[in-house]
Amino acid sequence: MTEFSFINAFAGGICIGFATVLMFLGNGRITGISGIIGGLMKPEKGQTSWRLIFVLSLITGGALFPWIWGRDLAVDVSSPWYIYVIAGLLVGYGTRNGSGCTSGHGICGMARFSPRSLVATVTFIIAAALTHTLVRLVTG
Amino acid sequence: MSENNGLAWGNILIIVASGVLFGLGLSISEMVNPTRVLGFLNVLGPWDPTLAFVMAGALTVAVPGFQYAKLMHKPFLAVSFSVPTKKDLDGKLISGAVIFGVGWGLAGICPGPSLVALNTLQVNVVVFVVAMLAGIIAHDRIFSKD
Repeated sequence: MTEFSFINAFAGGICIGFATVLMFLGNGRITGISGIIGGLMKPEKGQTSWRLIFVLSLITGGALFPWIWGRDLAVDVSSPWYIYVIAGLLVGYGTRNGSGCTSGHGICGMARFSPRSLVATVTFIIAAALTHTLVRLVTG
Repeated sequence: MSENNGLAWGNILIIVASGVLFGLGLSISEMVNPTRVLGFLNVLGPWDPTLAFVMAGALTVAVPGFQYAKLMHKPFLAVSFSVPTKKDLDGKLISGAVIFGVGWGLAGICPGPSLVALNTLQVNVVVFVVAMLAGIIAHDRIFSKD
């Protein structure tokens, strides 16, 4: 599992790219997951149904994966539970404060050549790499 | 998708196809697995390049797609494109990206994969998603109501 697969990475990326393009050219919407979840938490008139259908479809995609790809969905979340509490709070708060996450800024925004998204993407990748490296150095 | 929010069957088909494709893509590329993401962030090595190739694959399709949209007057099934209007590189953008990055670096999970990972029914995934929703509510309803 730890072996890197170029095919899986690139093919998965292409699927994600098509998903964002389909939504934008078809419905004119940005596929930013944090924005979609945020919109569901604080509903705006006429914006709830598409967001809800999208979230359910996204989860369904993961449920269909083992049947389509013939491999189980591997998700290793073996850190202590409080790590996920802290990380979840920061991810939720930060993505709303910064107007986007890996999908909205990293893919849609970068594809639109948005300077804000480029800056945000570079910033959160550097912050994440520093954080992970620091944690590794401290915990060994 | 019209301004007065009516969703035609064509719109719904696009939302479902986009969502399922997105979920499959995150699963196929293993971005749903924090081990892969943390391996990419592990710059002191050993380094896992998966995330870079996922981004490359996604942008290979998304760049031409979103650039083509600039030539269109409107989306195929909606009255207008909804794109962010903010242009300035303000402190809020940077601080938000830093806060998100720290959380992402701690757990290796970002919003999309967290939802897809719910399929594994693991307690820590649920813990992350609930905390993330709390973080979103804290921001939108308490600290920044704009």
